[in-house]
Amino acid sequence: MSKQADKQGNADNRYKYLDRAIARHQFRGDALIEILHTTQELFGFISRDLLLYIARNLKLPPSKVYGVATFYHFFSLEPKGEHTVTVCLGTACYVRGAADIQVALEKTCGCAMGQTTADGKISLQGARCVGSCGIAPVVIYDNDVAGYDTVEQATARVRTWMEEQA
Amino acid sequence: MTLEELYELGQNFRQKLETFRAEIHVCGSGGCISSGSFQLKETFEKVCEARKIGADVRVITTGCMGLCGAGPLVRVHPSDTLYVRVTTEDVERIVDSHILKDKPVKNLLYPKDASFFARQMQVALKNMGRIDPESIEDYIAHGGYEALAKAITYYTQEGVILEVRNSGLRGRGGGGYPTGLKWDIVRRVPSAEKYVVCNADEGDPGAFMDRAMLEGNPHAILEGMAIAGYAVGATQGFIYVRGEYPLAIERLKKAIKQSERTQILGNRIFESGFNFRIDLRIGAGAFVCGEETALLQSIEGQRGQPRPRPPYPSQVGLWGKPTLLNNVETFANVPAIVLNGGKWYSAIGTEKSKGTKVFALAGRINNTGLIEVPMGITLREIIFDIGGGIPDGGEFKAAQTGGPSGGCIPVQHLDTPVDYESLTHVGSMMGSGGLIVMDQTSCMVDIAKYFMKFCMEESCGKCIPCRVGTVQLFRLLDRMTNGTATEEDLDTLEELCVMVKDTSLCGLGQTAPNPVMSTLHYFRREYEQHIHEHNCAAGVCSVGAEQADPAVASLHQSEGA
Repeated sequence: MSKQADKQGNADNRYKYLDRAIARHQFRGDALIEILHTTQELFGFISRDLLLYIARNLKLPPSKVYGVATFYHFFSLEPKGEHTVTVCLGTACYVRGAADIQVALEKTCGCAMGQTTADGKISLQGARCVGSCGIAPVVIYDNDVAGYDTVEQATARVRTWMEEQA
Repeated sequence: MTLEELYELGQNFRQKLETFRAEIHVCGSGGCISSGSFQLKETFEKVCEARKIGADVRVITTGCMGLCGAGPLVRVHPSDTLYVRVTTEDVERIVDSHILKDKPVKNLLYPKDASFFARQMQVALKNMGRIDPESIEDYIAHGGYEALAKAITYYTQEGVILEVRNSGLRGRGGGGYPTGLKWDIVRRVPSAEKYVVCNADEGDPGAFMDRAMLEGNPHAILEGMAIAGYAVGATQGFIYVRGEYPLAIERLKKAIKQSERTQILGNRIFESGFNFRIDLRIGAGAFVCGEETALLQSIEGQRGQPRPRPPYPSQVGLWGKPTLLNNVETFANVPAIVLNGGKWYSAIGTEKSKGTKVFALAGRINNTGLIEVPMGITLREIIFDIGGGIPDGGEFKAAQTGGPSGGCIPVQHLDTPVDYESLTHVGSMMGSGGLIVMDQTSCMVDIAKYFMKFCMEESCGKCIPCRVGTVQLFRLLDRMTNGTATEEDLDTLEELCVMVKDTSLCGLGQTAPNPVMSTLHYFRREYEQHIHEHNCAAGVCSVGAEQADPAVASLHQSEGA
């Protein structure tokens, strides 16, 4: 997704919103993390072109922008799948069997944590702790938080997504 | 805004509350939301509307009520009745029987005298689960911002600090540094610009106290920060909150806006010369940013890598200016200390650890949830009286405190009082308040490996002992769990633990070996069983498989590339 292509399509207002956010922070280099958050919200992930775009606008070396974007787990430099499954791997969930769910999901999707299935349908990711330890183990399907989840429920839910017609 | 106007605002809102025939509070914290509390609230509103009492009954979403494992929770006022595991089908029964006929629904009731609540003492969590976190009027009606107004109107900067010093409050992030002393250091550094920073980067897995406080009572944190700002002479505050807590971020944003609109934060606060603003900074998923110098780096838009101390942030902090850094819970205690006095607070707790501590109870325990207890209570009381013991007839094996920096406390130390020194003495630490209970289904070698994997992935890579040491420790532990380890590996493991602990730059590396060291100390037999007998008593590790953890395989790959 290059900036030029987006401009030709001229339906892409996202750069306008990004520019506005950068201006609100007065082009200050120390707002880099805020800008990266905004970018990811707008575009879903932060492409190489966007990294360069941010570097130019904040007057930072691209190496610095790349360094910060890769340092933090929250920022993704690859596009995400249609659906995202997040398995909480916090201690409480771990003690209550989150690892089994993780293994089962990896097997069902045929990809490891942090990756997306070959057809681009499902992204698997692990979370450090989502702070819902009272209902462990927790799995988040897109934005739907499921507590007391089991291997059977998790695989069934992911299967229905996989069978969905695009 | 003056003190009188504040009282008036509170008085007006209380009068408004009295016009309601009843109040229905639905818990809106993480656990209850995912078991459907938002739908529940809507159903309550609809049913009340249908019974034509919609205008007489106040239905609100509150912060965490504590008993997260039995959610969704609903509390009905004025009788202060708590219902557990409420479903949308129960709503009509509660409205018809309790609200209309004043007959509580018995089979959903949670007994008022149950030891879960009876053994607790709430200071930091006082208003949580009882007020609407999105309403500043509700907070003010419950005594909110009175402490700030009093501090500014009646106290000098030194006076506020003296109260905090007298209270004996110590850093609730786990370090335990005396709060008043820290405030005094920042106050004494001459500088036109100073900052107050709230560390809300709650990274310990298994801990959700800060999340609950930010979501359930955000104004209390703002008030605590503003009092701190007044005491040390700062004009700008930052809250560094985890990106993983979207609801906390939303509620904090709302709270900041409300307090600016009511002119409680901003310029000339309570008609004084004191100006104070608070901004949010959103974290981006790096555990190391909980370390204070890394956190400051992150606020400045850099990679969150720690730097050596001294100089401490109190002297050279954000943008080189003196910066006061405290944890969420520390700030939450401040308003109560200013209102009731340092002496009142110091009467709670033990000789060296004053006041109360919030814990997040989780793992293999009956009553999972959020609790606040006076310091000096024993672990046994927390786990068996408040927590209700182990489910499914399980047997207590260990309590883990302090997250990846802490340790596992075995059954012989269950009577250890909970205070900073005692917990350190038994090889763990107070930590930020995560308390995870394990029974016989947990393998201690596996738990040590779990935490080491966490530290390995979260190491920022700046200093070598942590970057390389955690990887080597993880590999050794992996060999133990897959049955390829030798007796020699056990010695190497111990030696390496000491080395990483002694030579790492920041708290992450210095404490990373703690889970290994404490489990080695108390559960050495389990390590030996894995090595010599290729047997995992808990049945967690596939000791005979001799298969490396996928994480180790990927390490090999990245080394080859």
